[in-house]
Amino acid sequence: MHTAAGAQARLPIRSDMDLVWVRQHVRQAAAQLGFGLVDQTKLVTAASELARNTLVYGGGGTMDTEPVSEGGAQGLRLTFSDEGPGIADLDQALSDGFTSGGGLGMGLGGARRLVHDFAIESRPGAGTTVRVTSWVGRAPRPREES
Amino acid sequence: MAGSPTHEVRDFLRRRREQIAQRWADEPLFRAVFTVSRDEAVEAGKAVVDALAQVADAGRVEDPDAAGFTAVREQLARMGAARSRAGLSTAQVSSELATLRPPVENLLLSDLQEATDTHVRDCVTTLSVLMGTLRVVVMQTALSEGQALIDRQRLQLLEVATPVIKLWDGIVAVPLIGTLDSARSQVVMETLLESIVEQQARYAILDITGVPTVDSLVAQHLMKTVAAARLMGAECIVSGIRPAIAQTMVHLGLDLGTVVTRSSLADALGYVLHQLGVGIVTPGANGTVTR
Ligand SMILES: Nc1ncnc2c1ncn2[C@@H]1O[C@H](COP(=O)(O)OP(=O)(O)OP(=O)(O)O)[C@@H](O)[C@H]1O
Ligand SMILES: [Mg+2]
Repeated sequence: MHTAAGAQARLPIRSDMDLVWVRQHVRQAAAQLGFGLVDQTKLVTAASELARNTLVYGGGGTMDTEPVSEGGAQGLRLTFSDEGPGIADLDQALSDGFTSGGGLGMGLGGARRLVHDFAIESRPGAGTTVRVTSWVGRAPRPREES
Repeated sequence: MAGSPTHEVRDFLRRRREQIAQRWADEPLFRAVFTVSRDEAVEAGKAVVDALAQVADAGRVEDPDAAGFTAVREQLARMGAARSRAGLSTAQVSSELATLRPPVENLLLSDLQEATDTHVRDCVTTLSVLMGTLRVVVMQTALSEGQALIDRQRLQLLEVATPVIKLWDGIVAVPLIGTLDSARSQVVMETLLESIVEQQARYAILDITGVPTVDSLVAQHLMKTVAAARLMGAECIVSGIRPAIAQTMVHLGLDLGTVVTRSSLADALGYVLHQLGVGIVTPGANGTVTR
């Protein structure tokens, strides 16, 4: 797998205003890569969830965007990282309805369902990194039972 | 007789207070701000000279946070703001401030005719550092003024962007546009609840055609608004959920519970009118609509 040239960017996530930039940036990058309207909307919504978690629970951080390609397929990879408190129980955090902050608890699990590849890495005290990738024109990932 | 340059400058400022203020009153910055009375300009100038002397006395000529500036900070902010309102850019205000230095420097030089070259140079340097710090102070206040302006405009935007429209007796609608962050949602909720009471509305339509992204927070805000409206005795209908957003909501696992949804505002209005038992008759040959 290699990275397509250009269109790489790092955006700060420090305020509500930054969340607006994150969404706009992802929408633009996805549209440029040829994502259809529905897939753009899914990826933007996943980014919105993950960026808000970075802001609210991670105490702020960054989002990196990177176009990727694999065997002729084009994709967009987003990496959210913070140096916040981390997540002690990942399974619990990913399960629908779990929230420690008065939310709906749908963000993490929902974001995972909205993208093709989803990886989360977190160590208590050391921060959290969530990396997601979606591919242009690929069918949605099958619904898995949890 | 030569003390330290800082004390020399301090003594000079105290001694020449009146003359400095008189000269400043003729500079564009003071002339433009104090248009009505020259005396007022001179008074304002004296206050600034006093502040500079106090800062020099404390030996803090490089420190924009020096206590000596406190007394004139507000006055300087007003002056800066007046020039911005007159259409000057920050850079232009800054160069107007720069014109305050030469007249003071000339006075200083004429007072130091007897002094050694090194002492003169040191005093002139100290004075320009001090005047530079004054510029920084004014620019700081100008910037925080700018921030306050942005904050005010944001608040105004919050209000203008959430009109509640009466569609029919007992039916109100809110066309939501843009980002539904927590602050916006709060305003939407309050405005909506107020108008439900005012209009004695039984139905409220929340149209989200103009909301680009519906994530879990937006959904939560919508549901809270719907629940609050219910408590006021009004039923909410959410309209304008575009197909891409509907699909995304399904994947995200969001459902709006028992909230009635319709694809367009028109459909929502049709639904509510039907609920209210209002019949609509299509236009006749003469183009009239009867209700
Ligand atoms: N970056 C992070 N750092 C620390 N904890 C996190 C982070 N992201 C998520 N969490 C934890 O995982 C929980 C679940 O996150 P999730 O996004 O699913 O729900 P939520 O943010 O609480 O509510 P919402 O439905 O509004 O997103 C959070 O309540 C929080 O405790
Ligand atoms: Mg969340």
